[in-house]
Amino acid sequence: MNLRRRNFSIGAAAAALGLASTSGYLRAQAPARPKVIKIVAKRFEYTPSHVTLKKGEPVMLELTTRDVVMGFNLPDFGLRADMVPDQVTRLPFVPDKTGTFTFLCDIFCGSGHEEMQGSITVVG
Amino acid sequence: MANRIDRREFLKLAALGGVGVVFASALPGVAQAHDQDDFFFLQLSDTHWGFEGPPNPDAKGTLRKAVRSINGLAEKPDFIMFTGDLTHTTDNPVERRRRLSEFRDIVSGLEVKTLRFMPGEHDASLDNGKAFQEFFGSTRYTFDHKGVHFIVLDNVSDPRAQIGEAQLAWLAQDLRQRAADDPIVVFTHRPLFDLVPQWDWATRDGAKAIELLMPYRNVTVFYGHIHQEHHHNTGHIAHHAAKGLMFPLPAPGSQPNRAPLPWDPSAPYKGLGFRGVDADVDEARYTIIEYPVLKA
Repeated sequence: MNLRRRNFSIGAAAAALGLASTSGYLRAQAPARPKVIKIVAKRFEYTPSHVTLKKGEPVMLELTTRDVVMGFNLPDFGLRADMVPDQVTRLPFVPDKTGTFTFLCDIFCGSGHEEMQGSITVVG
Repeated sequence: MANRIDRREFLKLAALGGVGVVFASALPGVAQAHDQDDFFFLQLSDTHWGFEGPPNPDAKGTLRKAVRSINGLAEKPDFIMFTGDLTHTTDNPVERRRRLSEFRDIVSGLEVKTLRFMPGEHDASLDNGKAFQEFFGSTRYTFDHKGVHFIVLDNVSDPRAQIGEAQLAWLAQDLRQRAADDPIVVFTHRPLFDLVPQWDWATRDGAKAIELLMPYRNVTVFYGHIHQEHHHNTGHIAHHAAKGLMFPLPAPGSQPNRAPLPWDPSAPYKGLGFRGVDADVDEARYTIIEYPVLKA
């Protein structure tokens, strides 16, 4: 069975059952999983500290911290989250403007806190 | 009101002598019925005791020089308010207390009867204000002085730079006891508004505090944190940032990061100083006088 015929069959079956008629079709056509960008924090740095993304391309930020609770704040996009030891924080993100933007730790984490920042460059 | 006229004349002379004067928070046409004395207070901020580094080769002497300058003022302030970052942060709790203790010893040399303190994130964010409270008491409080209601808001003891719901409820409860035209002055460390969030120059829930203050017509905020004079309005509420006494920081958003400005050997202590505020209670007007570290 080729993909097109299979999708048609799922859609037709769903319609016959009175369900949202194209849900199976949409699932089959869903875009590939967003690219995963891993950022690891430890006092007082992010690794990597610079990330390049493409405008309009969805990504999943996967944030972890190796020592204490940290913040990840990307103010230009209204994006922030806590980073908690032994947890992975996932932030879906679709950059909608180009430029270079600062992200920073916004939870005071120690004597080097004020230098703890990185940047994201979004290209067209 | 002879004293008041004398003070106005003094301020004029002080301005001619080289200190900066800004007329701030003027509320046109507001004249209250009650007769209150005007008064004068000082705001000192961001002394960062314990800092060492090239941005201030006189790190151990600057605060002491400021104390001498204040003691030499022609007019004594009614009180001095320290708006946070009394000490430079350290991960060591013992060292934190040592710095707080040394700071307290130095400022005890001020020949002013009433000194009031609040923490900055350097003093309080690593232990939720515990060490600060051991030395200086509560991190939030109110007081009244000659007809003005003062509110000290703590936006640093929570390392997330939040005021927090409990403190906001406390603020709301305090404000419910005020008339809409009462003169109110708020002291904070961080700006309550989003000055430069990319530099952490903000309070995460500061907008909630501003919303609570907004119904009151005569509100003025004095804060620190940004180590420079800065003036901003959110609606009718004026926010005035003070210079620090350790190192100046760059103008808001003027460069990629907020690294201290380099020391200028040709102009020592440039960008540092302390602030006088002359309160005209009847008109809810505050005249700001910026003093350099060294007496002009």
